[in-house]
Amino acid sequence: MRHIISLLMENESGALSRVAGLFSARNYNIESLTVAPTEDPTLSRMTIVTSGSDDVIEQITKQLNKLVDVVSLVDLTEGAHIERELMLVKVRAKGADQREEMKRMADIFRGRVIDVTDDTYTIELTGPVTKHDAFLVAIDKAAILETVRTGASGIGRGHRILTVG
Amino acid sequence: MQHLINRVSDPMQLTGAEIVVHCLREEGVEYVFGYPGGAVLNIYDEIFKQDAFRHILVRHEQAAVHAADAYARCTLKPGVCLVTSGPGVTNAVTGIATAHMDSIPMVVITGQVPTHAIGQDAFQECDTVGITRPIVKHNFLVSDVKDLAETMKKAFFIATTGRPGVVLVDIPKDVTQAVCDFEYPKTIEMRSYKPVGAADPGDIDRAVELILSAKRPMVYAGGGVILSGAAEKLAELVRGTGYPCTNTLMGLGAYPATDKQFVGMLGMHGTYEANMAMQLCDVLIAVGARFDDRVIGNPKHFFDPNRKIIHIDIDPSSISKRVKVDVAIVGNVALVLDAINSKLKAAKAKPDAEALANWWAQIEQWRGRDCLKFDRSSPIIKPQAVVEKLYEVTNGDAYITSDVGQHQMWAAQFYKFDKPLRWINSGGLGTMGVGLPYAMGVQFAHPDATVACVTGEASIQMCIQELSTCRQYHLPLKIVSLNNRYMGMVRQWQEFFYGNRYSESYMDALPDFVKLAESFGHVGMLIEKPEDIDGAMREAFKLKDRLVFMDFRTDQTENVYPMVPGGKGLSEMILV
Repeated sequence: MRHIISLLMENESGALSRVAGLFSARNYNIESLTVAPTEDPTLSRMTIVTSGSDDVIEQITKQLNKLVDVVSLVDLTEGAHIERELMLVKVRAKGADQREEMKRMADIFRGRVIDVTDDTYTIELTGPVTKHDAFLVAIDKAAILETVRTGASGIGRGHRILTVG
Repeated sequence: MQHLINRVSDPMQLTGAEIVVHCLREEGVEYVFGYPGGAVLNIYDEIFKQDAFRHILVRHEQAAVHAADAYARCTLKPGVCLVTSGPGVTNAVTGIATAHMDSIPMVVITGQVPTHAIGQDAFQECDTVGITRPIVKHNFLVSDVKDLAETMKKAFFIATTGRPGVVLVDIPKDVTQAVCDFEYPKTIEMRSYKPVGAADPGDIDRAVELILSAKRPMVYAGGGVILSGAAEKLAELVRGTGYPCTNTLMGLGAYPATDKQFVGMLGMHGTYEANMAMQLCDVLIAVGARFDDRVIGNPKHFFDPNRKIIHIDIDPSSISKRVKVDVAIVGNVALVLDAINSKLKAAKAKPDAEALANWWAQIEQWRGRDCLKFDRSSPIIKPQAVVEKLYEVTNGDAYITSDVGQHQMWAAQFYKFDKPLRWINSGGLGTMGVGLPYAMGVQFAHPDATVACVTGEASIQMCIQELSTCRQYHLPLKIVSLNNRYMGMVRQWQEFFYGNRYSESYMDALPDFVKLAESFGHVGMLIEKPEDIDGAMREAFKLKDRLVFMDFRTDQTENVYPMVPGGKGLSEMILV
């Protein structure tokens, strides 16, 4: 099953590789990993999307907690949460028909065209990972020139807050 | 130390190298095991000027780490070693991984090229923090001398608290030259690292209830009991309940081996009675042990829906890793056992005496199988007989180190450890070559103690250069080499599982170990007949101030029994 693990860690050099190294050393799956400093520059917030049986996920959270740089951790998928990803897709957009079709698809998926040339559009989408998967299926596959995805960032709903304590 | 303080005008202004030495002194370090090199020359210069601790010069960095590791294993104080950058570090890697796998508290200080040269492929540069990341509890690269003292404090704090482990501090050469104010923090708080202490009282209550409900109980104690200094508390639990107790390889000495309630070591080469009781018990009390593959074999075969398991461990990630448990108690083993013992004393219910008597009758029947028997009339030296004699001659009171292989298992089976901290070996990583440097570390920690290294002719050659270190420091070690001219355990697996095809497991062109020992200034003995074991061993141990290398020519075909083949369950043993 797919899990989104969110964690706060010391913003130290090498902290990212401790997490990445843990996943490869113990043969855990990693679908995506995003990381950036928080409002407190000494802390980084990381979102890891992974999958595995309940036993494996239990081990992943325990092993992550064991890392000395990890301050606190939550498995967002255990409760109400929101996930968002940013995706940039550069598509072929040549001729009136194709340009109109691409614009219409972007609108349907609430995307925005952020760069335009004679024969390309770059479309920006934010949303859950599944929406982006659906978008890539919905448009003409042959028209896709480049896809850049950030991987999911996640946050708990309402008062579900990941803090240092 | 006085000169350090006089040397600079402001008494608190110190160089990085001076800070390292001051920190080690503040931590009460007795010995630093190491080997100098370019990147650590400033630190070595400060070591030269001080007398707070002793530096022990080894012949290879691997041995420095092993010796520091053994010092920690037999004292429970952190072992400290110091090596230079690049090859100093890569040579140390085996030692670091060995200590890491067995959760040994250690601080490894490594030199690094100057900060401006990092990443330039400089001479003797390697990515130390990157290379060692997966084999340490934590590591640091100190890029500013202002962070040095606090980092050293953190290193000792992390290494010695919670589940102990190795912490490495990588110090660039320019940081050892730079100067800053020095103050060693008295305590340290880390928001990201909070070692657990006492356990949840609710868990303790559930454990006590389960312990008292047992019809076929079993206590399974591992290295965690040794590391938390909880042997007496374990004995209180076992004696108080009358339950049988087994120890893992890492746990030997946690419960006295000569006690009637001890059923021997368990696992791949555990006793028949320990493995059967482990498999067929209805309540299993796992204390500071981790159900690893060499202990329970295949977890699918081990699984029994009728068996309830209580698992006490300081590391939450050890729990439910390989085996699902019914009561998980996360906490320091010593504190948890204290809590359980006092609850047991206060409990109205007592263990079911009749069920326990039946269970013991069953265990005694298994014990009657005499699974460790061997041919005592053989005209060739049986390795088991050598270990038995070692036990007898040392009155069971020596510190025993071992290398890895058959001799390790025979030492574990036939030397009856009644006390903790006496059995020093590489359990998790299984590192051949540790035996001699381990014995060195133990002898430094206990200068007056009898220290013997049980080894084989293959393992001993992996760190044989340390005979030179032993000469330099006059370490009167007793090396008991069970020389069967084979990598014995490899040969045994090839006999059992590879149709007697002894691929590359034969040790050809062995040195004359007697002359080898003599060339280092030690005493060498060759023992070829069973009737000579006793005399030779007694003579060797009489030489109190000499290292004696005993080369026992043992039976080439002897195997370690019982054996649980890989992938099998505990009750599927090959018996002699």
